[in-house]
Amino acid sequence: MGQVSINENVMDLTPDGPRLKGMRCKECNNHVFPMQSGCPKCTSDNVEEVQLGNKGTLWAWTIQGFPPKAPPYLGEANPEKFKAYGVGYIELPGQLKVESRLTISDPTQLKSGMMMEIVGEAIGEDENGNELVTFAFAPTD
Amino acid sequence: MSDDVAIVGIGIHPFGRHEGVSGMEQGAIAIRKACEDAGISWNDLQFAFGGSVAAGSPDHMVSQMGLTGLQFINVVNGCATGGSALISTFNTIKSGAYDLGVAVGFDKHERGAFRVQTGKQGERDWYGGSGMALTTQFFGMKINKYMEDYGITQSSLAKVASKAFRNGSKNENAWRRQAFGEEEVLQSQMLSYPLTQYMFCSPGEGGVALVLARADKAHQYTDKPIFLKSAVVRSRKYGSFEVLAPSLALDYADGPTVDASKAAFEAAGIGPEDIDIAQLQDTESGAEIMHMAENGFCEHGEQEKMLADGETEITGRLPVNTDGGCLANGEPVGASGLRQVYENVLQLRGQAGKRQVPDSPKVAYTHVYGAPGISGVTILSA
Repeated sequence: MGQVSINENVMDLTPDGPRLKGMRCKECNNHVFPMQSGCPKCTSDNVEEVQLGNKGTLWAWTIQGFPPKAPPYLGEANPEKFKAYGVGYIELPGQLKVESRLTISDPTQLKSGMMMEIVGEAIGEDENGNELVTFAFAPTD
Repeated sequence: MSDDVAIVGIGIHPFGRHEGVSGMEQGAIAIRKACEDAGISWNDLQFAFGGSVAAGSPDHMVSQMGLTGLQFINVVNGCATGGSALISTFNTIKSGAYDLGVAVGFDKHERGAFRVQTGKQGERDWYGGSGMALTTQFFGMKINKYMEDYGITQSSLAKVASKAFRNGSKNENAWRRQAFGEEEVLQSQMLSYPLTQYMFCSPGEGGVALVLARADKAHQYTDKPIFLKSAVVRSRKYGSFEVLAPSLALDYADGPTVDASKAAFEAAGIGPEDIDIAQLQDTESGAEIMHMAENGFCEHGEQEKMLADGETEITGRLPVNTDGGCLANGEPVGASGLRQVYENVLQLRGQAGKRQVPDSPKVAYTHVYGAPGISGVTILSA
C-alpha cells in the first residue's frame, strides 16, 4: 500500500512531487495538457510528450463550494464532511495555463498573479488500497 | 437590410418541471400553438428542423403530429441546438427550397443534469475524479477574473439575478416567478465564488416552436410579421477561454460570442446602437454582464454603471432578458435559444403584456452561449 498517480498517462509521481505530462508541438512550440495527437494551434500532428513546469502564476480562480457528483468525483462527496477547495488556472511560463485544484480555499488568500507550485494531494483510494494522488497548486510562500 | 424571411407564428410550452409530460410532447404542444398563431395546420408545413439534446429524436414527433411526409431534420449542437434549428430553417427559406417551415426545440433535463463524464474509455477519469470538470467552476473563474480586470462588484451580480426574477414574475411561462431582492440573492449558498445559488440557472424543461415563411408571403399568415435579419452560429478559436478545458493557451483570443455578434450585425447591416431590446445568455448572472460587452453593447467595465442606473431594466435604455432569461426560465438546452426569439417576437408585436418594453421596440437581438464553446446570435426587426 503506497501512493499512486491518479492517472499515469497525465501525471507522474516523482520524489520531487507530481509532474504533469503535456503535448508540445514540434512545428509551432504550442503546448497542450494532457497529451493529445494533434496541435489545435497549427493543425500539425508532429507533436511530442513533454514534462510541464512545476511553478507558475495564478491566472484565474474560484472556490468549489459544494461537493461534486460522485462518480466521477473521487474525493469526499458527503455534504456533511465535504470541505471547499480552490480551483484555478496557473500560467506555466513558455508553456500553457493548466487547470488545477488549489490548496487554498479562502478567497481572501487568493490573488491573480501570485506564485504557485505543484504539490501532491491525496484524493481517494484505488481498488488495491493504494492512496490515489492528484495534483494541486500551493502558494510558494 | 433584406427582408427575406419572416416569423409568422410562435408557440411555447411553459418552462419548468412537468411531471408526466415528455420533452417531445412539450415540443409538439409548442408546434400546435405556433401553427394556430400563424393560422395554419401541420399539413401546411413543408419542412421542419427539430432540436433536442436529451429528450429524444425530434422527428419522431411526426407520429403524433401527423404523417404528412414533410422533410424533418434533427439538429444537435450543444447549447446552440435550438438556435441551430432556427438557422437551418432560415437558410432553407432563403435558399428558395421551401416557403413555409417550422423550427422546434425542446428538452427535459433532470435536476442536477449537465454532469460531465470526462476521460478516455478504460482509464481513470482524473479530471472529474480530481474535482474539476464542473461547468459552474468555469463560470466562477471567468467572472471572478473579469471582476478583477474591469472593476465589476458582487452587487452587480446580485442586481442581474434580482432583475431576472422580477421579470420572470411578470411572465406566465417562466419557471421561477417569485421576485427576490439583491440581499436574498447574495445570502443564498455560495456555490462557486463569487457566484451564489440564486445567480445560477438550473437545467429544466420546455419547448418552443417558430413558424417561418418567405417574407413576401408573410401577410398570408399574420398582420404583424417579424423579419429575421440574421442568424449566425460560431464555434471557438484558438486561445479562447471556454468550459471544461484542462489547459488553455498562453495567447488570449476573444470567445465565439464576439465573432457571432460581429457576423450577425454585418449580415443585418446594422450595429449595436440600433438594438432596442436584447436577450443575452445568462447561465449565471456574471455571464449576462460579460455578454453585454462581448456582444458590443458597451465597453468592458461600463456594465457596473449601466446596472446601477437601471439601463437594462424593462423601462431602461437597453432592456436585457425581459422574460427573466435562463435564470428565471431554466435551461432546457434544445429550447433555450428559441425562447429568446419567442420573447423578442412578442415584444416587437407589442404583445408582451405586463413586461412589454415601452415605446414600440423595432429591432431585437438574441444571444446563446454554451458548451463546448459555441455561440448563436439572431437579429429581428418589426
